[in-house]
Amino acid sequence: MTPRDLHPGAWWVWALGLAAAASSTINPFLLVLIILVACLVVVARRTEAPWALSFRLYLYLAGLVVLIRVLFRVVFGGVPDTVVFVHLPQIPLPEIAAGIQLLGPVTRADVLGGLYDGLRLAAIILCVGAANTLANPKRLLKSLPPALYEAGTAVIVALSLFPQLAESVGRVRRARHLRGDAARGVGRLRRIVVPVMEDALDRSLYLAAGMDARGYGRAGTATTTERRLTGVFLLAGLIGLCVGVYGLLDATAPRALAWPFVALGVLLAVGGFVSAGRRVRRSRYRPDPWRPAELVTVACGIAAAALVMTASVEVAYPALDVLPQVSVPTLLAVMIGVVPAFVTPPPETEATR
Amino acid sequence: MIELTSVTFTHADADAPVLRGVDLRIDEGELVLVAGRTGSGKSTLLGTLNGLTPHFTGGTMSGDVVVDGRSVRDHTPRDLADLVGYVGQDPLAGFVTDVVEDELAYGMEQLGIDPQTMRRRVEETLDLLGIADLRRRALRTLSGGQQQRVAVGSVLTMHPRVLVLDEPTSALDPTAAEEVLGTLARLVDDLGLTVVLAEHRMERVIPFADRLVLVEGGTVRSGDPRDLLRDSPVAPPLVELGRLLEWDPLPVSVREARRAARGLDLPSPQEPERATPTSLLTARGITVTYGSTVAVREVDLDVPSGRVVALMGRNGSGKSSLLWAIQGSGRRASGRVDIDGTDPKNGSPAHARELVGLVPQTAADLLYLESVASECAAADHQAGAEAGTCRGLLDRFAPGVPDERHPRDLSEGQRLALVLAIVLTSSPRVVALDEPTRGLDYPGKERLAEVLRTLAAGGHGVVLATHDVEFVASVADDAVVMSEGEVVSRGTAARVLAESPAFAPQVTKVLGPEWLTVDTVREALE
Repeated sequence: MTPRDLHPGAWWVWALGLAAAASSTINPFLLVLIILVACLVVVARRTEAPWALSFRLYLYLAGLVVLIRVLFRVVFGGVPDTVVFVHLPQIPLPEIAAGIQLLGPVTRADVLGGLYDGLRLAAIILCVGAANTLANPKRLLKSLPPALYEAGTAVIVALSLFPQLAESVGRVRRARHLRGDAARGVGRLRRIVVPVMEDALDRSLYLAAGMDARGYGRAGTATTTERRLTGVFLLAGLIGLCVGVYGLLDATAPRALAWPFVALGVLLAVGGFVSAGRRVRRSRYRPDPWRPAELVTVACGIAAAALVMTASVEVAYPALDVLPQVSVPTLLAVMIGVVPAFVTPPPETEATR
Repeated sequence: MIELTSVTFTHADADAPVLRGVDLRIDEGELVLVAGRTGSGKSTLLGTLNGLTPHFTGGTMSGDVVVDGRSVRDHTPRDLADLVGYVGQDPLAGFVTDVVEDELAYGMEQLGIDPQTMRRRVEETLDLLGIADLRRRALRTLSGGQQQRVAVGSVLTMHPRVLVLDEPTSALDPTAAEEVLGTLARLVDDLGLTVVLAEHRMERVIPFADRLVLVEGGTVRSGDPRDLLRDSPVAPPLVELGRLLEWDPLPVSVREARRAARGLDLPSPQEPERATPTSLLTARGITVTYGSTVAVREVDLDVPSGRVVALMGRNGSGKSSLLWAIQGSGRRASGRVDIDGTDPKNGSPAHARELVGLVPQTAADLLYLESVASECAAADHQAGAEAGTCRGLLDRFAPGVPDERHPRDLSEGQRLALVLAIVLTSSPRVVALDEPTRGLDYPGKERLAEVLRTLAAGGHGVVLATHDVEFVASVADDAVVMSEGEVVSRGTAARVLAESPAFAPQVTKVLGPEWLTVDTVREALE
């Protein structure tokens, strides 16, 4: 396959699908399998870009989460079980803290419960980490619908300003030494903050002037009526979504308020976006194409999520006193997630350019 | 192409207008240099060409500016983006994206140009500017000259008819500046672009310019450079030389001057009287590293009392790192510095300041109070000096700076004088300055040169990092040239400057190695 970077949106849908699968089970075998799938795809398809080097950090974070989860259960344990690993001395607590047990016997249910829970969180973290590693976050922002272009630009500019701010703090701190300034506390903060803020303000104004001179925000051709129509669409969509979500979450509300209103809200909002996007006259340089490989990737993510979610309760939520069971269909469902590692084109590298 | 009719512009809070009844006509395919003293309104004038003044800056404007039939009265900068390409002073601060290729495409995306055309224009522009190998590089990792060329490219892709540049080479070393100016001259030749640029270091641009626009006291004069330079308040050394020797026509390039100088019989130059150097600061084996990058490698440096030492070299050759290292507050991996038997690194920061005072490149970083008076008072207090010391120094360097003025409202030269005064309040033995001539016009530089000479005559040692060759020629006794963190040549300024083609001042190029500045010629003639 010709090396090229996959559409960042495809990677995100795939990763969120895997994360959804992970969130609907506590079966440790399935969770470990999901983690392995995510790692395998990352290793196979990550680029040499700076953001791709962060996956190790996600691995550390995931490990830490599992550890904390188990420790937490050991400290605040107290789930009765026939198997007790260690008898720790229990710390007596006053009356108000009734129901909370500090230390005491460490049971199998404590440790396994913490482990399963931690694994689930770890799997979700790693899925999001995988998406971040595989897809350039800035390119994802560039793929936003035209109506959200302004917001996307603001985020990109903010992201590039961060290193500049750090640099400016360093510069001012060094300069402060040259003046011999013994102020502490608030006075000292002020001596750093004032020049840094002035610097940041100058840069922002400068950038704004530059963007203005390069045509940012050139007026589209929308008439007042079109603009109002867009506004009505978006507002109605927002209200529809609010009502729908309320209906979904409140079990006592009439069912007619739930899914129908969510659907209506989404429809109106999409209409608003399309109408807003139509009056933006802007083109995109080298847009990421959407090809079969992207479709396959997205399908794999969604399929894995759907199939794991429909797995039987015994498989998805095994009891803590028996060895968790797995079924062949569920295993295969998770394994679907690994397909993108083989069917997507490899990313571009220095050598293939 | 561009027509200004009785343009008058007043800043929002100002009493008097910056520009008064300006009439100006610029034809298609001209390279126009806008020159004038600092604060004369050059940037304001450039801003009017694409409507940044007054649409973005605010203020009141009367009169009209018409570019290719479009008036800025009813077109905002973004509406003129396809016609006027504007590149500001600091290219890095103006970048919107973070990769070269995306930056080139940004403007076209705003104009809604179709993807095929965009792709083609990006490739053409990369080739035109000779930056094709940089296409995927992060903008922050580029050198100053490369950044400036990318900034030019990022507006060229919109195919503007006019290119407006505000001080495109002021932060660049001589070689990088040549690169950028050569590129601009090619654009005028090949594409018939109209280029309007402001520049303090006129000596670099004058040979390329078809027309000179002088901004003085709110009015402009425009015409052939040779005619206008006769009595211009700002003039490059070459023109000063021509005026002194009464050459007619005035030479604007070194080649013309050489031809005029043929057969010229000058008495031999007087040896300038300079104090005999007594050792003051000796630095040995200074090494500065950032991670695995070596910024300065085992450099020795001597700054004797009574002498001015210039550090020269490309952008990023380690000049600043060396200055910070000898001051004591910067990084130093190894090496030692000796001033009267003490190393500034070992003592307290207060003691280090009494040994070496450093004026950093962005001098404004040292200022954080609301008025000149409170800055001076704070400096006296911090240095434990008598009240009024700092103010006294400031009056010596830049007389008449109002006490209540906010430091940010000072001119470039006044702000530098204030920071220099603050640094000198602790009466350091050695004064170090990092790129002090940035943003100064010729008279401003002369003033600074006088101040530095006075300091040296008073027994201080002065060391400055700069790539302003003409300034070094006028002020320095010794010069050290650095490259890649190492010293490649050192000696008296006259010898070092004369033997390098990149660093030779204009007068040397014309009259030979024994002449450095117009002043030496003037003295010899008297």
